[in-house]
Amino acid sequence: MELRSHEPTGPIEERWAKHKEASKLVAPANRRKHNIIVVGSGLAGGAASASLGEMGYNVKCFCYQDSPRRAHSIAAQGGINAAKNYQNDGDSVYRLFYDTVKGGDFRSRESNVYRLAELSLHIIDQAVAQGVPFAREYGGLLANRSFGGAQVSRTFYARGQTGQQLLLGAYQALSRQIDAGTVEMFARHEMLELIVHDGRARGIVTRCLNTGKVTPHIADMVVLCTGGYSNVFYLSTNAKGCNCTATWRAHRKGAAFANPCYTQIHPTCIPQAGSYQSKLTLMSESLRNDGRVWVPRKKEDVTKQPRDIPEADRFYYLEERYPAFGNLVPRDVASRNALYVTNDGLGVGPAVNGERRGVYLDFADAIGRLGEQTIRERYGNLFEMYERITGDNPYETPMRIYPATHYTMGGLWVDYNLEATIPGLFVGGEANFSDHGSNRLGASALMQGLADGYFVLPFTVGNYLGHIRTLPPLSEDHPDVQAAIQAVDDRVRKLMNAPDPKHAPEHFHRQLGKVIWEKCGMSRNAEALEEALEKIPELREQFWREVKITGSGKDLNQTLERAGRVADFFELGELMCIDALNRKESCGGHFREEYQEKGEALRDDTNFSYVAAWEWTGNPAEPRLHKEPLTFEYVKPTKRSYK
Amino acid sequence: MTDELINLTLHVWRQRGPNGPGSFETHHAKDITTHMSFLEMLDVVNEDLIEKGEEPIAFDYDCREGICGTCGMVVNGVAHGPQKLTTVCQLHMRQFEDGQEIWLEPWRAQGFPIVKDLVVDRSGFDRIIQAGGYISIRTGSASEANEMPIAKDVADRAMDAAACIGCGACVAACPNASASLFTAAKISHLSLMPQGQVERADRARKMVAQMDAEGFGACTNHGECEAVCPKGVSLEWIARMNRELVRAMVKSKTPA
Repeated sequence: MELRSHEPTGPIEERWAKHKEASKLVAPANRRKHNIIVVGSGLAGGAASASLGEMGYNVKCFCYQDSPRRAHSIAAQGGINAAKNYQNDGDSVYRLFYDTVKGGDFRSRESNVYRLAELSLHIIDQAVAQGVPFAREYGGLLANRSFGGAQVSRTFYARGQTGQQLLLGAYQALSRQIDAGTVEMFARHEMLELIVHDGRARGIVTRCLNTGKVTPHIADMVVLCTGGYSNVFYLSTNAKGCNCTATWRAHRKGAAFANPCYTQIHPTCIPQAGSYQSKLTLMSESLRNDGRVWVPRKKEDVTKQPRDIPEADRFYYLEERYPAFGNLVPRDVASRNALYVTNDGLGVGPAVNGERRGVYLDFADAIGRLGEQTIRERYGNLFEMYERITGDNPYETPMRIYPATHYTMGGLWVDYNLEATIPGLFVGGEANFSDHGSNRLGASALMQGLADGYFVLPFTVGNYLGHIRTLPPLSEDHPDVQAAIQAVDDRVRKLMNAPDPKHAPEHFHRQLGKVIWEKCGMSRNAEALEEALEKIPELREQFWREVKITGSGKDLNQTLERAGRVADFFELGELMCIDALNRKESCGGHFREEYQEKGEALRDDTNFSYVAAWEWTGNPAEPRLHKEPLTFEYVKPTKRSYK
Repeated sequence: MTDELINLTLHVWRQRGPNGPGSFETHHAKDITTHMSFLEMLDVVNEDLIEKGEEPIAFDYDCREGICGTCGMVVNGVAHGPQKLTTVCQLHMRQFEDGQEIWLEPWRAQGFPIVKDLVVDRSGFDRIIQAGGYISIRTGSASEANEMPIAKDVADRAMDAAACIGCGACVAACPNASASLFTAAKISHLSLMPQGQVERADRARKMVAQMDAEGFGACTNHGECEAVCPKGVSLEWIARMNRELVRAMVKSKTPA
């Protein structure tokens, strides 16, 4: 396997334009002769399907949800960045590029990030033209806010529902193409295998979730926009259905998986309330602007009512440890410190499995200073959501928060064209590894999904098809296709007929999640990772022996769906730990306790300034490592410090 | 936060498939903590059913934070259950009392055929959007975003209408199983925005025609839809849809 990034050279601001000029095109009359499969209908997949359909290609789009409008992009709250400089505060494409490379802790590819910043301008134009109701100023122009510690106001938003409105924009564009007949939509279809023929991705095998019918779909190429893998932790802020099956199936067919250990833990989520908990809910980070984070200084106070703990006995640990940034330290720093204070037995809230994992986020000072009305105007909907879930009123008692997994920067390795290591397989959005390095900045996930979907993929897909022109037809009877169908059938049969069926898939998923969260979560060390690597194969073996699925494979069977996804998380989880063990440095979301300097992450640019791309070898314990070196011509690596 | 354990009796609609007969089946949910969400309570019941070798209750869910619109069931006669402005995934068990009986039914409407148990097929909603619920703008052909100022109150009102999550509770609650609130919300969102003017008349006509073709009933102003809508989408949009339709009828077929 060879990793060639196909990055253009020359001045960075000219690279994307130059690359486009040098690429092949497909004439309008020839486009309808090409069949393209897009898996996923979120911002990346929905936008790509709509755009490719408009261009005249034959597109088939697949999603596991009952409608493309429900992809998990819909849950993004905060906003989307764009370097419009509408606020006249000195923003520019270069500055957004710079912030993103630096924010990613110098573990991303400069050319990709520059292109992302450049395309951010067009995304806003496109979304506004679609009718996305962005927030506006009284003069009628678009409003912006500063987000996630950025020094400029470049975030566009639609109340707290930016992801929803952008997704509905893409969904509406997609709906128009479905009506026009250029896109055929397959909702409630899950991709369970990639068809590779003659070294190229040529199709997928799907299972219809309503009927259990397994069908091959053959095309000229396959585009995966299937999101991230946060649910490997079992509890995350992702939708319950989010899974890694499509990318993992592609990985097993030869697509390298890059930087799986880069995961983002968001500091302000509602803590777990019990062992039955099915997911965690994120609350906007903006809460830290006015809330003060604390825990009791004394262990014996953790069960007291917060109002009964005097000021002197409260430990405002972020303010004390980071006087310059205080409660506004970056996500990873805030998250790690919550872990440490709760490790010390100072966590608050109900004990779950014997541990109290929660810290206070207190608005009493802000309410005293600004009045309850102002706080209500700023955060009213978040306070309501918090009360609905916990039953506590945050105007009267501090909120309890704890970090939760929120986004995964790792994903399938792709080149500048977003093509994976299997020719003809393209990957967009959170499913690829490309733009965020080891840490993603706030309001940039929506930006990347839409940049890939509207502007990068429609172009690079055409370049690929322009190069290959026509492919020999592939029949459904071909052994390569039949083998893929057989693999799906066999797997379903194996899952449904475990030798000693005892427990539902969640039973095993919760255990896997606990191992990954504790050993490969916010803070990692070699010893814990090695323990995880012993434990995961044992659990996986137990899963395949004891998983219990009732009902049949011939109709809607949600237990079977979940079991297949858990099986893949078991393999991906192992790779995450292998990658985390290999990366002997701390960077972004990857914090190795052995590599720190006075509590701050210590990067090792001499030895680890590379993308770790792992090749499947048939044995999950022994993947093969390939390295793509990273070079920084424009943004010189510096140390992040928030002291 | 006080923790309390309650026991409940569930009467759940079970139906194998779209054409099979259905009936209520009784299950007991024991030692349910009041901090659980309603769907977590069903998860516990289901995990128990699986361990006992029985088939779990099929119900739809995904984001579990009230925005994707996937979940939905009728709880004791009310779509999404007793708490206002709340999807069933955000409903928590502290809304129920120890010993309570709970009846669970799918959305019942001609336009929403049952897939299994509490899961229905809402693809009719997708086809209403496909009929015209969009602004035709090709990728890459948009002009500079700030060239067209839009008054703040107009943008805010459009956002109010656009907040619909497409869950279908409005249809389930309506005595006519009408999809008027859903259809009207999209027609209103797009007709309020200056970008949506070119296709305004045609859009209203086509979307309403598709709504009828899907077998959804007509609106007779009961207001049940607004009462159960988890996002507070207002009945006023239906009035606006009707005005849009009248406006479209007096306009020529193809906008000039």
